[in-house]
Amino acid sequence: MGQVSAPGQLDRREAVARLLANRKDLLVITGLGSPSYDAMAAGDHENNFYLWGAMGSAAMMGLGLAAARPKHSVLVITGDGEMLMGFGALATIALRRPANLTIAVLDNGHYAETGMQVSHTGRGISLDQVARTCGFAWTAEIRDMPGVDDLRARLTVHDGVKFACIKITADTPPRVLPPRDGVHVKNRFRAALGYGTI
Amino acid sequence: MSAPEPQNPSSADWHTDVFRILKSFDIQHVVYVPDAGHATTIRLAEDDNEINAVVLTTEEEGIGYLAGAWLGGERGVLLMQSSGVGNCINMLSLQASTRFPLLMLVTMRGDWAEVNGWQNPMGQATEQALKLMGVMTWRADERKDVAPLLRGAATMAFNGDAACALILGQRLIGEKQWVK
Repeated sequence: MGQVSAPGQLDRREAVARLLANRKDLLVITGLGSPSYDAMAAGDHENNFYLWGAMGSAAMMGLGLAAARPKHSVLVITGDGEMLMGFGALATIALRRPANLTIAVLDNGHYAETGMQVSHTGRGISLDQVARTCGFAWTAEIRDMPGVDDLRARLTVHDGVKFACIKITADTPPRVLPPRDGVHVKNRFRAALGYGTI
Repeated sequence: MSAPEPQNPSSADWHTDVFRILKSFDIQHVVYVPDAGHATTIRLAEDDNEINAVVLTTEEEGIGYLAGAWLGGERGVLLMQSSGVGNCINMLSLQASTRFPLLMLVTMRGDWAEVNGWQNPMGQATEQALKLMGVMTWRADERKDVAPLLRGAATMAFNGDAACALILGQRLIGEKQWVK
């Protein structure tokens, strides 16, 4: 730390669309706010679970899902503010070493949803370095599309828990709202895996 | 800070009742922030190859974890001390908004014969805080009540997609012993 890294240049919508291209049976959890809109903009999918609240829970939802579905690849897409609120989850996840889990933080260094206040990452905290220190098997800071393509190729390789900090521009594309009915989205997600309702 | 257990000989085996009942409900994930009152359950879970025993840095992590496990078709339980309930308040909105089965076991401090007054504020607010967030609660102060109340809470959680907490009172757990 000490130096504030250069602002990201990637477009968040393009990065997420690229990450989710040809996704097959990838299971996806999205953090509240813009990451949920980004995933929706890339195309609604029954294997998506969109958070609209419970800030700080996205990574841990990914851990629980990855533990329950070890043969699936699980991707958490969330923002820097959401990840910061669940900071301790990086330690918990690193201890569990789920080989099928990848956490991708869309890092613009700001709280986009609330008026672009600068976050801890915008003031110098490198989340990928935190994940690396905790013991994630693979970590990266991604600043270009070839880096996103490389990450996408790694999602389905179950060789260790992964963390990517994707440096995006701090702007707010038009909102593309996923369904807000959490019960519906939960039941749809489970049905796609073969589970019924109670 | 953790005292050896069991501390109260008359309630020596309610601890094993807890684990046996959790197993009978096909619990595959035991996620926890440690407390002396949960020590037996944690040890048995850590030693069980069919159970994912997950230590958390803070209690609200467990709510997200169990929501994710349920999305993937599996059941779990969250173990914590009463102080941890305070950490979970906003995260309980995840259960209220998605209706996944959330079973919690809460050991009490600041409840009876508490020697550390700093435990009292949250301890006295624990059950009300759970109820404020829509969690159904039951309370065991005697050994004989642990098994039936846990069975009942688990039944209502997993058959009703509900948030259910069994509170294990300080009279059941026993007075904290100060060695020094």
